Amino acid sequence: MVPVNYYIILSAVLFTIGVLGVLVRRNPLIIFMSIELMLNAANLAMVAFSSVLPPPEGQIQNYSGQIFVFFVIAVAAAEVAVGLALIVQIFKSRHSINVDEMSNLKG
Amino acid sequence: MSIDVLLFLILAVVSVATALGMLLSRNAVYSALFLVLNFATVAVFYLLLGAPFIAMAQITVYAGAIMVLFLFVIMLLGAEQLAPGEALPWQKPLAVLLAFVLVVETIYLLAFRGAPAGNVIQPEVAVNSVEFMRELGSALFNEYLLPFEVTSILLLVAMVGAIVLTKQEKGGQK
Repeated sequence: MVPVNYYIILSAVLFTIGVLGVLVRRNPLIIFMSIELMLNAANLAMVAFSSVLPPPEGQIQNYSGQIFVFFVIAVAAAEVAVGLALIVQIFKSRHSINVDEMSNLKG
Repeated sequence: MSIDVLLFLILAVVSVATALGMLLSRNAVYSALFLVLNFATVAVFYLLLGAPFIAMAQITVYAGAIMVLFLFVIMLLGAEQLAPGEALPWQKPLAVLLAFVLVVETIYLLAFRGAPAGNVIQPEVAVNSVEFMRELGSALFNEYLLPFEVTSILLLVAMVGAIVLTKQEKGGQK
């Protein structure tokens, strides 16, 4: 039996690696991947918390955390589609995707 | 040390190592492949936590769809490596320091102060149960029906948005 704290600590470590990726990398694709990593760490924490909740009446397990994670995965898919479309457009108009060079809004 | 804890520790090492590999790779394609491996290990954690449906959704949606989209865009743009620019000299040490503070605070607050008691569910209780999927499905389509429908609208909007953003304008100034 694994204590739930282990999962929470792992989730915190993964989230921090994601934050570090957003802070130090200059490639917007890698920044995007770091955001996915952070979403994933939060999902892991939610499933871990959900597995220690007492199950409701007549059920074998508590499902609210898992269903929430399901919605987070759907939102992440939508976010990636729009975000990558934006990156492709920026690359088409500027021929570079370095975040240091994206300092003005006007294309 | 029980076999569950041992399995957890090995997988935790793999997942942290692949996350660091994603962060430190110079080549964006390697980063994407490291991240696929990280998503796969997290899917195994979901199985250990008694969430087989989420584990399969993780594999198909994250490791399958999202990362393939990432690899497509990386190769389409030829953005494997960026030309080195002049970075701020104090940025990296400061970022590492702030990240260290963040992880210490998070672990202290979540895992020691507000310590949720107890162990995670026994895997075999959930994974081997036919009842699991029936109950999960009935919870999803009764209690959470409205969020489920809203998700479908969100996915439609994202699809239309992605098409509008990347479509060539006819006879426009582009």
